[in-house]
Amino acid sequence: MIRTIEDLYNLHEDYKEAMNREKMKILVCAGTGCVSSGSLEVYEALKEIVQEKELFVDIDLMEGGREGVNVSPSGCHGFCEMGPIVRIEPQGYFYVRVSEIDAPEIVEKTVENNEVVERLLYRNPETGEIYRTEESMPFYGKQKRLVLEHCGKINPENIKEYIALGGYQALAEAFEMTPEEVCQVVLKAKLRGRGGGGFPAGIKWDSVRKEHAGQKYVVCNGDEGDPGAFMDRSIMEGDPHRVIEGMIIAGYASGATKGYIYVRAEYPLAVKRLQKAIQQAREFGLLGENILDSGFDFDIKISKGAGAFVCGEGSALTASIEGNRGMPRTRPPRTVQKGLFQKPTVLNNVETFANVPLIILYGADNYLKIGTKDSPGTKAFALTGNIVNTGLIEVPMGTTLREVIYEIGGGIPQGKKLKAVQIGGPSGGCLTSEHLDLPMDFDSLDSAGAMIGSGGLVVMDEDTCMVEVARFFMDFTQKESCGKCVPCREGTKKILEILEKIIAGDATMEDIKLLEELAETVKDGSLCGLGKTASNPVLTTLRYFRDEYIAHVKDKKCPAGVCQAFKTYYIDPEVCKGCSKCVRVCPNNAISGEIKKPFSIDAEKCIKCGACVSVCPFNAVKEG
Amino acid sequence: MKTLKINGREVTFSNEKNLLEVIRKAGIELPTFCYHSELSIYGACRMCLVEEKKKGLIAACAIPPREGMEIKTHTLKLQKQRKMTLELLLAEHERDCTACDKNGNCRLQELARNLGIEKVRFEKKDKKLPVDNSSCAILRDPNKCILCGDCVRMCEEVQGIGVIGFAYRGSNTVVTPAFNKRIREVDCVDCGQCAAVCPTGAIVVKSNIDKVWEAIYDDEKVVVAQLAPAVRVAFGEAFGLKAGTSTENLIIAALKTMGVDKVFDTCFAADLTVMEESKEFTQRFGKGERLPQFTSCCPAWVRFVELNYPSLIDNLSSCRSPQQMFGSFVKNYYARQLGLSREKVFVVSIMPCTAKKAEAAREEFITSGDPDVNAVITTQELIKMVKEAGIVFEDLKEEPFDMPFGFATGSGFIFGATGGVAEAVTRNLAEEVQKFKDVRGLDGIKEARLRKDNREIKVTVVHGLKNARDLLEKIKAGEVDYDLVEVMACPGGCVGGAGQPLPNNLIKRSQRARGLYDNDNRMQLVRARENPMVKLLYEKWLSTPCSEQSHRYLHTSYRPKRRIEGSDIRFSSEKGQMDIKVCIGTSCYLNGSYDIFKAVDKKIKENNLEDRVNLEATFCLENCNGSPCVEVNGKIVDKASKEKICRMIDELA
Amino acid sequence: MAAKQDFKRSFQRVNEIIEAHGRNPVELISILQEVQEEYRYLPEEILNYIATAMRISPSKVFGVATFYENFSLEPKGKYVVKVCDGTACHVRKSTALLNALKKKLELKEGQETTQDLMFTLETVSCFGACGLAPVMVINDEVYGKVTPEKAEKIIDEIIKEEGGRGNDQDH
Repeated sequence: MIRTIEDLYNLHEDYKEAMNREKMKILVCAGTGCVSSGSLEVYEALKEIVQEKELFVDIDLMEGGREGVNVSPSGCHGFCEMGPIVRIEPQGYFYVRVSEIDAPEIVEKTVENNEVVERLLYRNPETGEIYRTEESMPFYGKQKRLVLEHCGKINPENIKEYIALGGYQALAEAFEMTPEEVCQVVLKAKLRGRGGGGFPAGIKWDSVRKEHAGQKYVVCNGDEGDPGAFMDRSIMEGDPHRVIEGMIIAGYASGATKGYIYVRAEYPLAVKRLQKAIQQAREFGLLGENILDSGFDFDIKISKGAGAFVCGEGSALTASIEGNRGMPRTRPPRTVQKGLFQKPTVLNNVETFANVPLIILYGADNYLKIGTKDSPGTKAFALTGNIVNTGLIEVPMGTTLREVIYEIGGGIPQGKKLKAVQIGGPSGGCLTSEHLDLPMDFDSLDSAGAMIGSGGLVVMDEDTCMVEVARFFMDFTQKESCGKCVPCREGTKKILEILEKIIAGDATMEDIKLLEELAETVKDGSLCGLGKTASNPVLTTLRYFRDEYIAHVKDKKCPAGVCQAFKTYYIDPEVCKGCSKCVRVCPNNAISGEIKKPFSIDAEKCIKCGACVSVCPFNAVKEG
Repeated sequence: MKTLKINGREVTFSNEKNLLEVIRKAGIELPTFCYHSELSIYGACRMCLVEEKKKGLIAACAIPPREGMEIKTHTLKLQKQRKMTLELLLAEHERDCTACDKNGNCRLQELARNLGIEKVRFEKKDKKLPVDNSSCAILRDPNKCILCGDCVRMCEEVQGIGVIGFAYRGSNTVVTPAFNKRIREVDCVDCGQCAAVCPTGAIVVKSNIDKVWEAIYDDEKVVVAQLAPAVRVAFGEAFGLKAGTSTENLIIAALKTMGVDKVFDTCFAADLTVMEESKEFTQRFGKGERLPQFTSCCPAWVRFVELNYPSLIDNLSSCRSPQQMFGSFVKNYYARQLGLSREKVFVVSIMPCTAKKAEAAREEFITSGDPDVNAVITTQELIKMVKEAGIVFEDLKEEPFDMPFGFATGSGFIFGATGGVAEAVTRNLAEEVQKFKDVRGLDGIKEARLRKDNREIKVTVVHGLKNARDLLEKIKAGEVDYDLVEVMACPGGCVGGAGQPLPNNLIKRSQRARGLYDNDNRMQLVRARENPMVKLLYEKWLSTPCSEQSHRYLHTSYRPKRRIEGSDIRFSSEKGQMDIKVCIGTSCYLNGSYDIFKAVDKKIKENNLEDRVNLEATFCLENCNGSPCVEVNGKIVDKASKEKICRMIDELA
Repeated sequence: MAAKQDFKRSFQRVNEIIEAHGRNPVELISILQEVQEEYRYLPEEILNYIATAMRISPSKVFGVATFYENFSLEPKGKYVVKVCDGTACHVRKSTALLNALKKKLELKEGQETTQDLMFTLETVSCFGACGLAPVMVINDEVYGKVTPEKAEKIIDEIIKEEGGRGNDQDH
């Protein structure tokens, strides 16, 4: 139990010392990605061997003071594709695709003899280069991991490790200030909401602070619903105490004594880690009454989402916590005046809260040195799609797309060309190769018609059909519309219908005109942020790839060769051996011919299912 | 006074709730579907979008006016925006306008015309949802619903019931009763306010016009009409008269022209109700029994109590409503006077109300297949009939009511406004009460006191069932103490009934009420007991108020009603030797029925009786007075205890 | 016989759940989540019971239960197979995976749950495990980089564990 600030610092020293006795630390990634690749088995195996050899120590073994080796689960490294990942400290060895049978070798070579297990190191698939440590990999080299600093380096299920690394000291420092001063620091640091809009967090906090109300709330938005985004998941799973600490500071600064974390239901591991972290924080007296003898009370409850993308929107989220249908409401009143339960509420997302301890500890001036003038700090992005290194990255604001894609991401596989990058989730917007040198910060992206959103970056290569991409995103937003306001409910549905018509080759130029008009209506007329941005994929693809739309409509062609309706199948008579396998699988009897002579496909009858392509042993069926 | 600019012109405002009101006050009509001044702001139809210089497009209904705003209400962008929004709504709307009940009265249709929508460029909606015609009061066609939610908010916020709500999401969103049940299967009280606010034909009042025409053209039948007070002060609105103008004599002329044989006044029946109800009150008050006494004129309220407050059913006055008293004396007394059997007399009520339709269908008011009131039509339906009959309103010559049931005192008229019944009863009770202004007006809850025989009578009047619910909760909690409680389900009382012409807003309601009080002011006789025709009816038929005879014909009884059909929790489909159904409806649940369930289940398990005893949990056995109740082999056990039921199981074993 | 007992136990669990949340309407979503864990779906009569016990209107409970994707008013299979169709998974051919599973589970167009209530097949927008695309989740267990062949194998293993298909009607 930590009762005072002094207690905290004393305990910090004790834990640090205990951790120093860990002469080596084997960190096995226990993020969702690595767990599904079998990392827990790896962890158990490593721990068992280390224990058998009586080398095992951990932070809980305060007594005795024996030095040894620690094996611990850790948060996500962001390089999930290569999981399970094992990191060895202090050397920084970075083993990828580790399986439990590798455990004895790791212990024997690396632990006992300080040798690296060469075959487990990461090898760049494009260049063949091998990297010994995490820090030497280009994927990490260009990154600046501040918010994610602990992810992958500590055991997220043990509060002691967090305290050993200076955890909750920002809270102690905040308590030395007045709430107003804390707001001022955050304001001065120009911390902007990482959830999408980029609204200054300090203004929100200070507004709530100034409200006179019996009860105020701090709500953490962990409803990271954008497909292809998992920054918040990684933070919640990998460093839950950081989020909690940020929330307590926000509570102190704004005068709120209750906090809620709204986590989407698809993140069971994040829920589990947060629950454990909250439990531990309570046991340590860091949540509850009179925290660190400051006279300030704060506690946190977890609210689990039930599957609705729209609940990432502030007022829908609070409606959902209140047990209602997650439908956004009109503003005013704003959330800072009447948010959760009609009370003044600070609402920020996970990443925003995770930035707070940093700002308090290092000061606004130091924080301002990172990133750009109006968007200081870093931003986490989830890099996915047609890219060599998929994963979670953190870079200073203002890093260019080129650096992210080509240096960190390793470029496009198979040397293909970049066509577009979808940024900010389905309702974000797309950037093209002409934006490669655009600095990624709130305002620059906004001026390019895109938005940072939650930070999903989906890279698309030249083989992608942008009309189909727009259809894919519209399909998503249409399904996720809450159904309240007319433009979003009906408009997105009609947009989708038109896009489907274009892809099926049935559209006219009139339809494109209607599509554009409709997209504008949905954008201008919708009630909430989801609706207002729902048509962005259409608007941006129309802006940058209009010719592709026209090709679908006028020339009845899909330039990327993706859309089924425009595909034709033919049999190359040179290659066909006349085995008749294709005839047997064709569901519409579109193929005919004599055995041992070349067969042919009747284009009229062909339904373009592609069944013949997959059965042909000679690859004689061609697409054109 | 603060100012802002609308379309370049300076406009002053003070305490308007939102920009929309300021704009409308400035004489500019902004279209809306989901805005009702009496309901919460929803902001979903996006028709009232305006352009603000700094903020861009904003919904005028949701933004408070602020000093210095610069608003444009009609720009090219806005026109396009509204047209597209409307086009989107129309695309999903069943556009079978000529066959729609709302034709000519539909806001969607009106706006499409006003905004010049010539063509809907989108595909028609593919799937069709079933039409719900299960209710006596309303007809629901979800295919015409534009999801503005007015009905949902009305039912929830004003009536405090929430029978209908939004379900599903996105383009699959619908407004529906729970579990897609039909209206008749859930706890709807038939007030019809949902239909009154529906801008399209998605919820309309169920029409009985055809039934009335059939009777009129049936030579065998004598058609007797009764005209409710609230109808006469609203009917004229459809023909350009100001709300509140009394038009009963024109209505009588129209009815006679159509072929109705006799037209009587429901106000007469109201006087009769006052006689019975004040007597009943005197008796109860004297003995201190079943107080507070609740009025029972409003059938929506009566059903509300039956559904939700079974423990307070006894507090309802046993008096039938004026409509049903009328039906009763016409069928049981007047028909004989005419030398006819009751089936030959067809009673049609003209009411401001949709719940009256359901009331007339209650089994208590049906004698061997023949209802006391054969058909109920609303003011709106009457207006339609007048038009159907080709009657030129302006050419009508006033005609008087028929006798003997065509005369009423001032008390009878004011029944149509909230507070009217309470005032009429107190006038009848206490000599000194002439005008009882404390119970008048449109406040949600009104309180008054009067003295009779050195005792104080505490009266309260509420309208809107949400207010009623709040009151009942306080009564149950013992926080308040009243002797006489008047409740009308509709805001403003019957003048605001769901069958009244549209618009049916606050202004119209108070104008109509004004009209009724004007009528009252004109009358020499203001107390029911002064009505000579009522006296005559007692002399000739009923003897005295609350006599055996009047109990038989003018009073009724109530019983608890189940709130939702189906939904019992069965654990097995097999039949055992013993069937035990434990009621877990609200009343029984609150009285600990779940503990009985647990005990019985344990008992069954301990004695290995699973094959012989079937245990079920049911939602209501409609026997809430006996809560907690358990049904054993088809028989209800009142005030059941776990010991009692376990003993019964022992007997079997 | 066994099923009958289970339903009674579940019903008692429902009561415990409602009590544990203090019959607080604010907790409705949590209550529905826990109840669904008990029944694997939300039976109408149980929703109605929740409305009664919490003194809120059944239409409100119905409205909430139908708004959120995770709630089902139809019985679900013992194994709920969720295929991610988020951007990253879509790009890496999650559709092919989905089609293979449909075929494997013999599901007709529009059908989500197998006749024997063993499997339910759904799509999900994103699990946030994009690095492992395409991703499939079976009852909270995450499978990454799933090929159609791998998926079929996983299904076969479950069927084997359950003692084959078609035999479970006798329970």
